Amino acid sequence: MAETLFYFLIYPGLLFAGVVGGLLSWFDRKITAQVQFRKGPPLLQPFYDFLKLLLVKETLLPARGARMTFLIAPVLGLFGATAAAAFILLPLFNIHIGFEGDVMVIFYLLTIPSLTYILGALASGNPLASVGASREIKLIVSYELTFLLFFAAIILKADQAMRMSEIIQMQAQASPFIGSISGVLLLIVGVFCIQAKLGMVPFDIAEAETELSEGSFIEYSGTVYALVQFTKYIMLFILPALIVAFLMSGFHLEGIGILWAVLKVLAVVLLLTLIRNTNPRLRIKQAMRFFLIGMNALVIIAIVLTYLGL
Amino acid sequence: MGLKSFCLKKSLWVFHLAGASCNNCDIEILDVLTPRYDVERFGIKLVGSPRHADVILVSGSINQRDKPRLLEVYNQASKPVYVVAFGACGITGGIFAEGNTFAGPVDQIIPVDAYIPGCPPKPEAMISGLSKLMQTI
Repeated sequence: MAETLFYFLIYPGLLFAGVVGGLLSWFDRKITAQVQFRKGPPLLQPFYDFLKLLLVKETLLPARGARMTFLIAPVLGLFGATAAAAFILLPLFNIHIGFEGDVMVIFYLLTIPSLTYILGALASGNPLASVGASREIKLIVSYELTFLLFFAAIILKADQAMRMSEIIQMQAQASPFIGSISGVLLLIVGVFCIQAKLGMVPFDIAEAETELSEGSFIEYSGTVYALVQFTKYIMLFILPALIVAFLMSGFHLEGIGILWAVLKVLAVVLLLTLIRNTNPRLRIKQAMRFFLIGMNALVIIAIVLTYLGL
Repeated sequence: MGLKSFCLKKSLWVFHLAGASCNNCDIEILDVLTPRYDVERFGIKLVGSPRHADVILVSGSINQRDKPRLLEVYNQASKPVYVVAFGACGITGGIFAEGNTFAGPVDQIIPVDAYIPGCPPKPEAMISGLSKLMQTI
């Protein structure tokens, strides 16, 4: 029991994922700054931001709106992200505890943070937040089918293996999935899906700083906003880790393998950052068309290619 | 210096409130985010909601219509929040000080922690002002 709690709350779970995600968030901001020929923030900037929000700032509640739901939503989101982090990172770090679950559990858990953002935004009683929430719902409707098909294609490539550890092992024995044509197509689809899940720039439609002034999060302040930030840090680590596990044969944490593991995650985050810096924000209609037509076609082609053994 | 004030000092999020300004100050504020001055080095970034703000940067003169809005933004911000009066109009009213709609300089409406004079202030002046504000935290 104590060991399981340790796994969930400290080592691959909450704390570890949050700290690594914070460092990745710094990496993202630093690369953005470099792209724009700026110097960028210091290494510990994400932690200064988090601690400031957690310890210093006052938490305000909206005058009109469901206060309890408003406060509980980010906590639920953090729970969802922590559970997803544990189920993704435990097989990646080769730790085996009783319940492993198959990849569909991960799929559902990864949806929880987005759903709680919607819940919190609608509970805040702010008109801009509800516009943000409705956009977030539309975004989920558009990318979730593609993300599900992406999981299906991975399962198909792994000979119907549903467990994360089996998928990783299969790639370790044969070759990583990214070495085939369908693997490359799946990488493109997967990267765009996690871009939308993270709410990064072409798909930051829900929080659109310039038009909705942070949209879904407009009413959050202080400690509750710190929890939202922490959830985002965790998601920024576990979603690239998911891509690494599914397509790049996961981590092998011994000797030089540690360096490779770090480089793989950094490569995926770099890809996300470069997409974010070279694209303007899409309208919700364009985002829906992009996923429902473009990305779905691509993932179906990948599934057909997998059947043909390519 | 404790952990709390250190973290606050290292990550000042700025909410920009433009009163009846001529827009020149607003352009100079965007200047300090550009590659040449880059205040993200100090952890400063612009935020869109007063709920997230640590610093309210008020530029332009405050007239009768702006006054209730300035008060509302100040009350909506989560405390501790610092107010910076920016430019000649924010500090004294500038050339609008004798106008009939003028509602008083910023420091007569809400408490002001730092003043950055100029018309418009140079980006260097703004960085200097913000660093002096950081020293008081």
